[in-house]
Amino acid sequence: MTHFSALSLIKNALSGQKNWEPQWPDSEPKAEYDVIIVGAGGHGLGAAYYLAKEHGITNVAVIDKGWLGGGNTGRNTTIIRSNYLYDESAKLYDHALDLWDGLSQELNYNVMYSQRGVLMLAHNVHDVQSFQRHVHANRLNGVDNVWLSAEEAKEFCPPLDISPTARYPVVGAALQRRAGTARHDAVAWGYARGAAARGVDIIQNCPVTAIRRGPDGRVTGVETAKGFIGAKKVAVSAAGHTSVVMDTAGVRMPLESYPLQALVSEPIKPIFPCVVMSNSVHAYISQSDKGELVIGSGTDQYTSYSQRGGLPLIEHTVAAICEIFPIFNRMRMLRKWGGIVDVTPDRSAILGKTPVPGLYVNCGWGTGGFKATPGAAHTLAWTVAKDDPHPANAPFTLERFSTGRLIDEAAAAAVAH
Amino acid sequence: MLLIHCPYCNQTLPELEFTYAGEAHIARPADPSSVSDEEWRDFLFIRTNVKGPHYERWRHFHGCGRYFNAVRDTVSDRFLITYKTDDPRPELSKLLEKSK
Ligand SMILES: Cc1cc2nc3c(=O)[nH]c(=O)nc-3n(C[C@H](O)[C@H](O)[C@H](O)COP(=O)(O)OP(=O)(O)OC[C@H]3O[C@@H](n4cnc5c(N)ncnc54)[C@H](O)[C@@H]3O)c2cc1C
Ligand SMILES: [Zn+2]
Repeated sequence: MTHFSALSLIKNALSGQKNWEPQWPDSEPKAEYDVIIVGAGGHGLGAAYYLAKEHGITNVAVIDKGWLGGGNTGRNTTIIRSNYLYDESAKLYDHALDLWDGLSQELNYNVMYSQRGVLMLAHNVHDVQSFQRHVHANRLNGVDNVWLSAEEAKEFCPPLDISPTARYPVVGAALQRRAGTARHDAVAWGYARGAAARGVDIIQNCPVTAIRRGPDGRVTGVETAKGFIGAKKVAVSAAGHTSVVMDTAGVRMPLESYPLQALVSEPIKPIFPCVVMSNSVHAYISQSDKGELVIGSGTDQYTSYSQRGGLPLIEHTVAAICEIFPIFNRMRMLRKWGGIVDVTPDRSAILGKTPVPGLYVNCGWGTGGFKATPGAAHTLAWTVAKDDPHPANAPFTLERFSTGRLIDEAAAAAVAH
Repeated sequence: MLLIHCPYCNQTLPELEFTYAGEAHIARPADPSSVSDEEWRDFLFIRTNVKGPHYERWRHFHGCGRYFNAVRDTVSDRFLITYKTDDPRPELSKLLEKSK
């Protein structure tokens, strides 16, 4: 693997950029692995990376039905923040933020992590109370999050319309300065490259059709489009398709899969300095380094695997954006797309062991798991390697749906992303 | 946008008139106090989340206001049938035969 550096840039420039090596090989499956990870999104690839790097487990395959990073990892609006309400969530997402901090150096790959701040707008008394509660809970958990007046919010984000006659008046905002965005593809590519360099096989265009179990109930491997592949342990990290994959192992999941959409505008000069989220009107916006406005929409009301999503949601989102930022009302949108997100009843992830020995699951990240990528990957690798959860993911069990110990971020804020 | 047939109004109308109400044919336990935690979990939280024909409930919210059932393919989003809540659960093989 080429180490990327100023020197490697100069060397390759002098040889006409013709000698760059592929960043990872496209592997064919071996007969058996110590660990198979189903799903080559950021979470699955990252877990393979940490298995190899931190636990010395390198006989690992990451298998994807499509191309790596082509699921929600490559479709999301890349908002990264950790200002969740509950202690369990704050701990897990802040664990992820700590890893984001050094990720580009760690992977020798620029993931373009930009801590430009995430501003969450309050439009009414309910928002104010709920966000201030978040600010205080976050402070107690050592998570940065501050309350701004409407004027301070405007100063932080000049395109904001804070006039009191606005359709959705801005009465204040919560700001997490440490939050921001990252380049989604680079996260998948960086982990893939780092994992492959340590011996992990990345197998693309190979749907896993079933998880196989032995007479004692333990997993024995997976059935795929390229035949049976043996494995001592299998970790499912298949986002929207988790129910489908887990069902083949006889595990029924508390999940529903919904289309979630996003859209981007034509590229324009830098105008938007941060990320702004408005939960009440359900719109999220930031500007990519290419110059496009990146706008997040909502989930359709019905479950679906169509990876498309309905137009009414896009109309609603764009209308909301134009109300809050009238300056954008003549922008042209370039394209929209959808991803299938796996939603749990309490809107918190499930990351841990399953009733099946040797089978692990990482899912339920729903509309907001990109930000968790390094944390989920790191704790999933830990859980698989030690057959025991890391303290940060220990509360995020599958059992909580029978014990009742929910981590009810849904009731806390009903916030997406 | 989906076009949905309300079996009560007997009209096919835009999705915006309707609200989705989750998976259908999930019966509340008849004797709640005798039910185990696992059975409660199954009733409250476990869903088939099937990729393919899905039995589900809809409500004609901005119309007659009534709940009804439907079978919709979650890959194509195409409805195979909508039917009244007290109609029996239609058999999938027959629906698939008919939709060919
Ligand atoms: C439009 C949109 C906007 C979003 N915005 C944000 C945001 O701003 N911030 C945020 O934090 N999160 C956001 N999210 C959520 C975030 O994208 C996901 O939670 C996160 O990327 C999940 O990562 P993953 O690696 O688990 O899943 P994925 O990247 O989806 O990876 C799962 C992989 O599993 C593969 N797979 C599925 N079934 C099989 C099978 N049978 N065999 C083999 N492979 C299989 C898929 O092909 C896929 O590549 C958004 C999501 C969407 C759709
Ligand atoms: Zn009706």
